[in-house]
Amino acid sequence: MNTKNIFPKIIVSWLLIFSLLPAIMLVGISLLTPDISSMVHLPVTFSHYKNLIDPLFFRIAVRSFFLAGLTTFFCLLLAYPFAFFILNISHKSLVIILILIPFWTSSLIRTYAMVDLLKWHGTINNILLKLHLISTPLSLLYSNYAVLTGLVYNLLPFMILPIYNGMQSIDQKCIDAARDLGATRLQIFVKVFWPQSQKGVINGVLMVLLPAMTLFYIPNILGGAKSILIGNLIQNEFIFLNNWPQGAATSTFLSIILVIFFGISQSKGMKN
Amino acid sequence: MPSTPLIQIKNLEKAYGKHVILKNLSFNIFSGEFLTLLGPSGCGKTTLLKLISGFETPCKGIIKIDNVTVNNLPPQKRNVHTIFQNYALFPHMNVFENVAFSLRCKNIDNQIVISKVHAALQLVELSHFGNRNIQELSGGQQQRVAIARAIINQPKILLLDEPLSSLDYQLRKKMQMELKNLQKRLNMTFIFVTHDQEEALTMSDRIIIFNQGKIEQIGSPYDIYENPRNLYVAQFVGETNIFNITVQSMTNEHIYTKISGVTICCKRPFNACNGDPMHLLIRPENISVYHADKIENLTNKLVGTIIDITYKGPTIDLNVLLESGQIVATSEFFDEDHEKIDYKLHEQVYLEWPVGWEVLLPYEH
Repeated sequence: MNTKNIFPKIIVSWLLIFSLLPAIMLVGISLLTPDISSMVHLPVTFSHYKNLIDPLFFRIAVRSFFLAGLTTFFCLLLAYPFAFFILNISHKSLVIILILIPFWTSSLIRTYAMVDLLKWHGTINNILLKLHLISTPLSLLYSNYAVLTGLVYNLLPFMILPIYNGMQSIDQKCIDAARDLGATRLQIFVKVFWPQSQKGVINGVLMVLLPAMTLFYIPNILGGAKSILIGNLIQNEFIFLNNWPQGAATSTFLSIILVIFFGISQSKGMKN
Repeated sequence: MPSTPLIQIKNLEKAYGKHVILKNLSFNIFSGEFLTLLGPSGCGKTTLLKLISGFETPCKGIIKIDNVTVNNLPPQKRNVHTIFQNYALFPHMNVFENVAFSLRCKNIDNQIVISKVHAALQLVELSHFGNRNIQELSGGQQQRVAIARAIINQPKILLLDEPLSSLDYQLRKKMQMELKNLQKRLNMTFIFVTHDQEEALTMSDRIIIFNQGKIEQIGSPYDIYENPRNLYVAQFVGETNIFNITVQSMTNEHIYTKISGVTICCKRPFNACNGDPMHLLIRPENISVYHADKIENLTNKLVGTIIDITYKGPTIDLNVLLESGQIVATSEFFDEDHEKIDYKLHEQVYLEWPVGWEVLLPYEH
């Protein structure tokens, strides 16, 4: 057997063991009954999925999707021009390294650092007070804005890199051809550049939307008790309530929603 | 050819920093001609194309199109369109929208767009391909879409930047004929860039041979091949044997020289003098090869040994080692004289060419 055949096999077995198997186990657990001593036991039940049909859960889910949507939107708003900027400068790799360096520090630590920036007597309020722009400190921390800021900050690179990657694969000759055929700068962007960069945008959205719903520690740290998202709910069900089947069912529900979303975006990508 | 050239280029220079790409070029391009810029990669031919299309601006000199100086006009303001090397079709649009692109940019009425696009697609024989995606097309079809897209505005000049280089041999042959026919039908001026000399000879009305940013020769394919102006052109276009010779004696019509110890008679170039060093050039296909046992008259014939035989289908190519150590390449067609060619390795043969078929050039460096 040659090495050509070995590598795909390793990758496939890796995915089978560490990705597909846990997913199947998760679905399996979601169909069992919770138990204090052995975590789960028979009989099989759909009750945990039935529990999800609940106004409170519905509100949390809608809020989570809304916040994740907002996060994705702001990431996109910032990342698209930024990726375009990287595309047009000479020190591309330097800028990309500068984007990545903060992410060598744990996201948790950086989120705690944001607490220090946003708190009542934190850096931002102190500066604003010193500049006499405000007379009393602003209540920045423990709000939806703080959570949103934290999520956007943490997830921005996952939007920038796929979009940049997508833009980079656009053939410069295509742009030249459009110019040659008499397109204005705006027409070149609208008719040629934007449609071809959409694939990168879709990839970026997928990279941001899922983590935005499940990064439970950011709402925990920056949102205080006010901000319960699906991620927090899943964490609570597993860790504090010790109700593994309910947590697994909530996770599975989230996965199904995202798979549907992924499927829609892929079929749209295929059409393009 | 009309008296006023369509494009006039005078003392054109282009450099990137200190790196000079084009050196003092001057030449004219006439309306309706198929002109080929031929040269090795990196010789500046693509840069010249970009200067004509408007993607680059010259450092010095003038480019006039239709008697108007266009040095600083952007590409869209010149009556010139480019076919790019990889066609640069818009992958997210179908064939129809690709062709319609320039009309759409001008917000032209949909009915007019439809009729013009259909006419353009018909011209390139892709009438039923409007709804196809670009990815579904073969290389040759993509090429034709690129042409339709470029000619829809009826530009005066079409620039083609090595458009056939990514096609396989058979398709390239076919597209060469198609392009040539299309150019005749549209009566459009084509400026075609290639590094493939065979392509240049087949398609062009005139060829410009480029080397290191300079023009080596401008002429018809016949001129370029039969009367190369210097060693570079002779070596770049086709294969040739080069002998360094000295004129030993001469008459009004002939000069005599010695190659590998044999006296050879050549037609006298008007400027030759006794004792002049010269280059004698002879194409492999112009050399006749005779078996040693069948030879009667030895005048004007070089003698050598076959050291290599290559069968090439229509021809049989030999490498013959002369006594002087030089190797001569010959190429013989199978015809009524040579129904059966049976050369053997290490066989002694005699080489001859008709007097006057050689090219004599002044000695270089």
